Amino acid sequence: MRVLGWFYLALAFGFIFLPVAVLVLFSFQDGRLPVPPFNGPSLRWYESVLGDRRLMEGLRHSLIVASLSAALALLLGFMAAQALARHRLPGTLLMRAALIAPLTVSYLIIALGLLSLFNRAGIGLSLWTAGVGHVVINLPLCFAILYASMGEQQRSAETAARDLGAGEVRVLALITAPMLAPSMLAAYFLAFTFSWDEFIIAYLLTRFDVTLPVEIWSLLRSGLTPRANAIGSVVFLVSVGVLVALQLLVFRKVRP
Amino acid sequence: MDRAREARMGWALVAPALLWLTAFFVLPFAIMVGLSLSRFVGREVVPALSLDNYIRFFTEPSLFRGLVVSLEITAMVTVVSVVLAYPLAWIIAFQVPRNWQRLVLVLTILPFWTSYVVRSYAWLLVLGQGGVVNGALMGLGVIDAPLSLSATRFATVTGFVHFFVMLLTLTIYANLVQLSPNYARAAADLGAGRFATFRHVILPLTLPGVMTGAFLTFVLCMGDYITPQILGGGNELTLPQLIMMQLGRRGDFPMASAMAIILMAVVTLAYLACARFLRLERV
Repeated sequence: MRVLGWFYLALAFGFIFLPVAVLVLFSFQDGRLPVPPFNGPSLRWYESVLGDRRLMEGLRHSLIVASLSAALALLLGFMAAQALARHRLPGTLLMRAALIAPLTVSYLIIALGLLSLFNRAGIGLSLWTAGVGHVVINLPLCFAILYASMGEQQRSAETAARDLGAGEVRVLALITAPMLAPSMLAAYFLAFTFSWDEFIIAYLLTRFDVTLPVEIWSLLRSGLTPRANAIGSVVFLVSVGVLVALQLLVFRKVRP
Repeated sequence: MDRAREARMGWALVAPALLWLTAFFVLPFAIMVGLSLSRFVGREVVPALSLDNYIRFFTEPSLFRGLVVSLEITAMVTVVSVVLAYPLAWIIAFQVPRNWQRLVLVLTILPFWTSYVVRSYAWLLVLGQGGVVNGALMGLGVIDAPLSLSATRFATVTGFVHFFVMLLTLTIYANLVQLSPNYARAAADLGAGRFATFRHVILPLTLPGVMTGAFLTFVLCMGDYITPQILGGGNELTLPQLIMMQLGRRGDFPMASAMAIILMAVVTLAYLACARFLRLERV
């Protein structure tokens, strides 16, 4: 029974890692097609990708859109979570449901709705409009994470600060936010990666300047090419880097 | 702080988020509903209050077929993913030594961190005519000519299952480790065999978690455009692919909106079905 278990685990890992292994291996292909037989290794496709102006522009755009939209989503989500967790307001339950609702709607539908809105309002498509869409999908996420992590501990610290004469803004900035730092960072990085990897909203809501996933999409239209493998491996490396940084920065501090 | 001031402060804090979602989530949805009831004549949207788009969707086989295809693929993906992920989560939770579990989990979801678009493309490399699988099978002499694995429903389902096995393993694992071992012990004391314990104790206890994961799978799979577009090969089109086609080829926003609302209705129905099932289980 145990042998069977280990066998299944090995098989599952084979399945899970197969596409990633093939992707990375053939990014080093010395030839025009990323399929067997493997010739190489060669770094020519990395050179080609890192020297490609459009892809690097896309990378830059993605970083800008992801960092800004995640920041705005975090700010709005944090304020809303604080309001619903700390202030007794009528209709709290309803507001909480409304703030989480976008999580259950397909990105495609959110993108289509925003596209109709911007068309009707005569607003041209740009990285800004894609950023607006990314805030819509990430605000509920940030709200949910922060709302779940607001506890009694912070409440007493906030009350103490208020009794000592701190204004509401100072309480938020100097007491609440720092006490929630781990959740804030986690929410930010999660929102960042969701925006960074998001395709359909960025595809429908951008025009001339586009994000990296959209740029990769147009690259794929020309068929199989090791360039797609190379840029895919670069994205993988960046994401894993962010993940490792998050582990080192956030979770090490939380654990006693 | 007095009551009135506190309430004012609360409203000030929650207002920006609510306004944002009203402007960029509720309002767009209202516009979409309006569009779905409009007519599309020539290349112009003519405001109207008609159900023509909905009627056309359900009567035109090429459109309605998209919903059927989407439902079939999603059902297949959900079932296969749960069946594959449950034993994997089980093995990680109960067979892998405690201090290795975290590492094994991190490894399990490592491919999450490749870009979604690129992951589907990677499966194209694996399953394609000259791909790794065909190469291996031919090398071993199992087959003589390459199988057409890509550009089929099989490829789409494989790409989806890969993604959702990772997701479901995570959610089911979280459920399994929360179970107290006392349940299994009590069942054993009462004379239940290993299978009976699983069937009557462990499985019902983890069912809410499995259902949550399955629902998530359903929602994400139904609405996804990328995986079928890259791997499906265009022989049969899913609902999201048809929606994108309405937009791309003809700019038919009314029809696209109607189809998006139908997609949303299907997901909502699935949610209601799941929610009822969950409540029944808790009784």
